[in-house]
Amino acid sequence: MIKKVRPHPTQNEPLLFEISSPGKMGYQLPDLDVPSLDPIAALGAENTRSEIEDFPEVSEVDAIRHFTRLSTWNYAIDLGLYPLGSCSMKYNPRVNEAVARTDGLAWIHPYQPDSRSQGAMEITATLEAALAEITGMDAVTLQPAAGAQGEFTGLLLVRAWLQSLGNARRRVLVPDSAHGTNPATVHMAGYEVAHIASNARGMVDTAALERMVDQDVAALMLTNPNTVGVFEEQIGDIARILHAKDALLYMDGANMNALVGIARPGDFGVDVMHLNLHKTFSTPHGGGGPGSGPVAVKKFLEPFLPLPRLKRTDDGWRWDYDRPQSIGRVRAFYGNFGVLVRALAYIMAHGGDGLKRATLDALLNANYLRKLLEGCYEIAYDAPSMHECVFTDRRQAARGAPTGAIAKRLIDYGFHPYTVSFPLIVHGALMIEPTETESKLELDLFAEAMIDIANEIENDPKLVLKAPHSTRIAKVDEVAAARRPILKWRPPT
Amino acid sequence: MYPENYRYTKEHEWVRVEGNIATVGITHHAQEELGDIVYADLPKLGANVEQGKTMGSVESVKAVSDIFSPLSGEVMEVNELLATKPEKLNEDPHGEAWLVKIRVTAPSEIEALLSAADYQAYVGAE
Repeated sequence: MIKKVRPHPTQNEPLLFEISSPGKMGYQLPDLDVPSLDPIAALGAENTRSEIEDFPEVSEVDAIRHFTRLSTWNYAIDLGLYPLGSCSMKYNPRVNEAVARTDGLAWIHPYQPDSRSQGAMEITATLEAALAEITGMDAVTLQPAAGAQGEFTGLLLVRAWLQSLGNARRRVLVPDSAHGTNPATVHMAGYEVAHIASNARGMVDTAALERMVDQDVAALMLTNPNTVGVFEEQIGDIARILHAKDALLYMDGANMNALVGIARPGDFGVDVMHLNLHKTFSTPHGGGGPGSGPVAVKKFLEPFLPLPRLKRTDDGWRWDYDRPQSIGRVRAFYGNFGVLVRALAYIMAHGGDGLKRATLDALLNANYLRKLLEGCYEIAYDAPSMHECVFTDRRQAARGAPTGAIAKRLIDYGFHPYTVSFPLIVHGALMIEPTETESKLELDLFAEAMIDIANEIENDPKLVLKAPHSTRIAKVDEVAAARRPILKWRPPT
Repeated sequence: MYPENYRYTKEHEWVRVEGNIATVGITHHAQEELGDIVYADLPKLGANVEQGKTMGSVESVKAVSDIFSPLSGEVMEVNELLATKPEKLNEDPHGEAWLVKIRVTAPSEIEALLSAADYQAYVGAE
């Protein structure tokens, strides 16, 4: 047997509990400079203890090494392809970081007087204008801290506008392909959810929509391109059907990276929408980001936008709080400012032509993968793919290897899994979004891995079902973990 | 597969009415589509449920799905077994893994529900 001080970083790591050694500690306290008290005499024996049972005792360097080794296990976009669909895990260009770390931006304080914050306010105003131009909308608030809060803000705007006309209405329509946050937002904003079924092409069924829109419907929340990566071709009709009954069209901008520079929601009838700066505009995503979910609106909704609004005066920028119809604040201060800086850096580094090219590359990459994989995996909908392609596992599941097993096997090939089992309207979905970030070589190797796995399923499905084979920990029992989670370490008996 | 004396919804719940008490569960088709079920969120004792409205949810490793009440009424009993053994929903959805028992307040609502044959045809076509 090999004796080791500790495992190599490529091997599994014990818990701190398991490396505990009585008496070790990571701190030193100075001698008391006051008379010491006997805790038992002072507090009573029932309120004191000499040790915490099973509490791990380690030195500072033990703890540092433990957590540093764990930190090397993270998979990230900086390590390789991250093909999660509907989430646009794209590369975060380092120029964004360089700009955001400029002293004047990194150290600015929100309580600085307006006169000392003109640069930051100019950045905010420039980003608002850029996002308005990209979306074809009239006004933008940068306050919401993430996409879901953007949705919530957007629906509060819808409610405030309808209320100003005398009736806030009762229902919001949500397609069955929607992100789960949409129906949750509807509830949060005090509306009832009415689900609307997709047609055989994966799009909103406009005949069903026409039947459902009445004087009780406040809005439709639509993601476009939708979660199966398909552009809602009837979007113009959808907007007309809603507007004929004074209902509004809300667009979830989660997939806006498929449209930037090519089509503008404001031009196809959208009244209010949110963007995810951490998806479309390359700011950090995951691990707490933080996110940012600006909301863009048409002119008639502008008076309702959150407080405060930027106002240009003869003395430069001012925050305007005199907005009687505003829904009020949705977040402290002015949004996640550091993220706003990064998004503007991305937009300006690309320019209009560059943004358009990034979009086209994202579409090209997704369609390239679709073509390479179509022979092995069944595409869910015939309609043209935009920035992501969605397959069903029908062929592979029939051999006993469903989408989750294919995803696990992909880990053995060195790739992060794609999105598994979403959207729910696709049976056994494999959703793949390469983004514009990836080179042809990377895409070819990914496709090769997927094709190899499809062949493995034909010849030896067990090999795939038992994957991953090359990881520190073999396949975990997710079902048992969810049914009977072990939330507390216990000493081995 | 689908008991003749049960009635069914298009949202894949079943109901068995005895007197004015209705026992409610999810169908075999529902558990098959959901995959391994890990948790059932059920209404509280005494809660009023309404036909066609959400009364709880079931969670599998794939997704969370709403449960729609097949009939209106008051919840008289909740199946405690599911709190510790959610897998029963996969193993015996039409029997041991019933969800709740309801005192029915509008018996005529049952007319709107599907027969076993209709439900079988419905999921066959789906």
